[in-house]
Amino acid sequence: MAATESTVQTVKDIERYKYGFETDIESDRAPKGLSEDTIRFISAKKNEPEWMLEWRLKAYRLWLTMEEPTWAAVDYPKIDYQESYYYSAPKKSTLKSLDEVDPELLRTYEKLGIPLKEQEVLAGVAVDAVFDSVSVATTYKKRLNEMGVIFCPISEAIHTHPELVQKYLASVVPVSDNYFATLNCAVFTDGSFVYIPKGLRCPMELSTYFRINEKNTGQFERTLIIADEGAYVSYLEGCTAPQRDENQLHAAVVELVALDDAEIKYSTVQNWYPGDENGQGGIYNFVTKRAACRGKRSKVSWTQVETGSAITWKYPSCILQGDNSVGEFYSVAITNNRQQADTGTKMIHIGKNTTSKIISKGIAAGRSDQTYRGLVRILPGAEGARNYTQCDSLLIGDACGAHTVPYIESRNPSAKTEHEATASRISEDQLFYCLQRGIGAEEAVGLIVNGFCKEVLQTLPMEFAVEAQKLVGISLEGSVG
Amino acid sequence: MALIEIKDLHASVDGKEILKGVSLTINPGEMHALMGPNGTGKSTLSNVIAGRAGYEVTSGDVLLEGRSILDMEPNERSNAGVFLAFQYPVEIPGVATSTFLKAAINAKRKFAGQKEIDAMEFLKLVKARAKELNVRDDMLKRPVNVGFSGGEKKRAEILQMALLEPKFCILDETDSGLDIDALKVVSDGVNALRSADRSFLVITHYQRLLSYIVPDFVHVFAGGRIVRSGGKELAMELEENGYAEYVDAA
Repeated sequence: MAATESTVQTVKDIERYKYGFETDIESDRAPKGLSEDTIRFISAKKNEPEWMLEWRLKAYRLWLTMEEPTWAAVDYPKIDYQESYYYSAPKKSTLKSLDEVDPELLRTYEKLGIPLKEQEVLAGVAVDAVFDSVSVATTYKKRLNEMGVIFCPISEAIHTHPELVQKYLASVVPVSDNYFATLNCAVFTDGSFVYIPKGLRCPMELSTYFRINEKNTGQFERTLIIADEGAYVSYLEGCTAPQRDENQLHAAVVELVALDDAEIKYSTVQNWYPGDENGQGGIYNFVTKRAACRGKRSKVSWTQVETGSAITWKYPSCILQGDNSVGEFYSVAITNNRQQADTGTKMIHIGKNTTSKIISKGIAAGRSDQTYRGLVRILPGAEGARNYTQCDSLLIGDACGAHTVPYIESRNPSAKTEHEATASRISEDQLFYCLQRGIGAEEAVGLIVNGFCKEVLQTLPMEFAVEAQKLVGISLEGSVG
Repeated sequence: MALIEIKDLHASVDGKEILKGVSLTINPGEMHALMGPNGTGKSTLSNVIAGRAGYEVTSGDVLLEGRSILDMEPNERSNAGVFLAFQYPVEIPGVATSTFLKAAINAKRKFAGQKEIDAMEFLKLVKARAKELNVRDDMLKRPVNVGFSGGEKKRAEILQMALLEPKFCILDETDSGLDIDALKVVSDGVNALRSADRSFLVITHYQRLLSYIVPDFVHVFAGGRIVRSGGKELAMELEENGYAEYVDAA
């Protein structure tokens, strides 16, 4: 309820993008550009076992033979992969406890609203923070360990739990999946690893904050979450980056595996720097996120609030393999100024009586452009499969665009799919009604848009729902005049 | 001093003049009724006073407590004390009525340099007012005007009016679409808000409403201006004879 008021306050408090500061920290970087040497450098930095290095090199050689995809409805100058840095770490790495974390870095996280130290004490959320390429601190580690939960940087899991990593890494998103995923395999530097043991309902939200700080640095994080039989976990990722004139590449891969009766809820609040009003700068967010509902009655629920990035190219998907498994996708995508977003989901029904639900809310303002691109594929064996898709677009102003591209392929006659789509504008009537009650134009738009996405926002964990509501207001700043 | 002074107001929509010299003075505590045939500019007058976009004031002025409000944004006018109860209250899907009410109350408080209302105080205030207007609690949880019946919509308008405590209230065809019971509830609500420093302009087509909300003055509106003014008995006369003579004259 207080969100709209505080949105206005927040808007006043900040100069446009409030996360646009950079932190002055000494860092350790790989030489510029991409080659087998870069990959060896990264692997050596991480002190990786031989199998990992080989795996990376194989991916790199494959990547060299691939073409950058052009089918998405986004437009950007050709990326020069030799102009970027692929590894950057704050000096003074390998930390035993939070006390050893560079105080400057801790201050950065405080500015971002993640007081790591306090979070050790306060109940609620366990945080893994990834700064440029390395994971700097994981809170709550001890308590989680006692319950059998593994929540640590993936670079650490490669050493401590190689059997799990080897079993599940690239088991959902194959190395050869797509151009950016393959690149990620070659150069990924860090990310989170989560394993929830059989029958455990993880009692706290697990969370990762990603931050790109270094100039000209790409971020390629890799997240792998495994929920064993009957386990449950709710996981949230948040992202920010400093304000810079040049574009930065973010090509992450996230893989989720849910075994029998397991449930994973994955929520994203993506607020990478979107660039300025004229489209200068901002993050290219080319991300592959996929879940395998491998077990019977397993369930994966993706919720994403996408407000940042200059370009977003992202389709969190579910492979519904287990009988009676469930996939859900709830999305709010907001684009303003010159932002472009091509986002949606894929639901692949393989098992019997699998069900999926897609609720997508797109809000376009300024001169931005966005596309919902979704695929619902029902394979011959998916007896009794069900899908419900709802795509709503809201346009603010007359210079933006919204497109809906739903593909439905059903190869089982007993399957049922439903698709609903609407496109609307914030009406003059709604705006005037709010104004007449004393509510200012920007707050009114925030209120109306929050109402429009309510169905999605309410699927977020409580503490993040409030943050997301504020972001909605901030992202649309300057969209009414 | 007059609360509202409308001085020879001319306004047009898409280049077509709708208001052709409206003059009206309303003193604090007065209840004025504006009656007239459909399509003569009654709603235009209320929209121009509230500052809706798309209406161009070509000459004249509107003063609130001696100060022109024509250069103010619609939300500023609202915060200064102008309230318009809509003929067709607007639906805002997904926004709970209570959220909307709180945003409106806080906007007004901020304007007045007061601090925001706290959650408990707000709840107490809204529940008390809602009860007086026969507005059920579950209506406060539902999205603004979505799925409300005609009567619920109008009661919600009066609830907003009661919470925002405006100085000047315009009721635009508030009686349209109401059955007799709803009409009575709404009228009781309006009457409860009458006070020595609050004034009303009730726009209506029918005399019916004025049996419940008794006006101090009645004005006949035709052809874009006020063509006759009188006491409450004028409403009865209009009920008898209709608007034909005024339409012809305009």
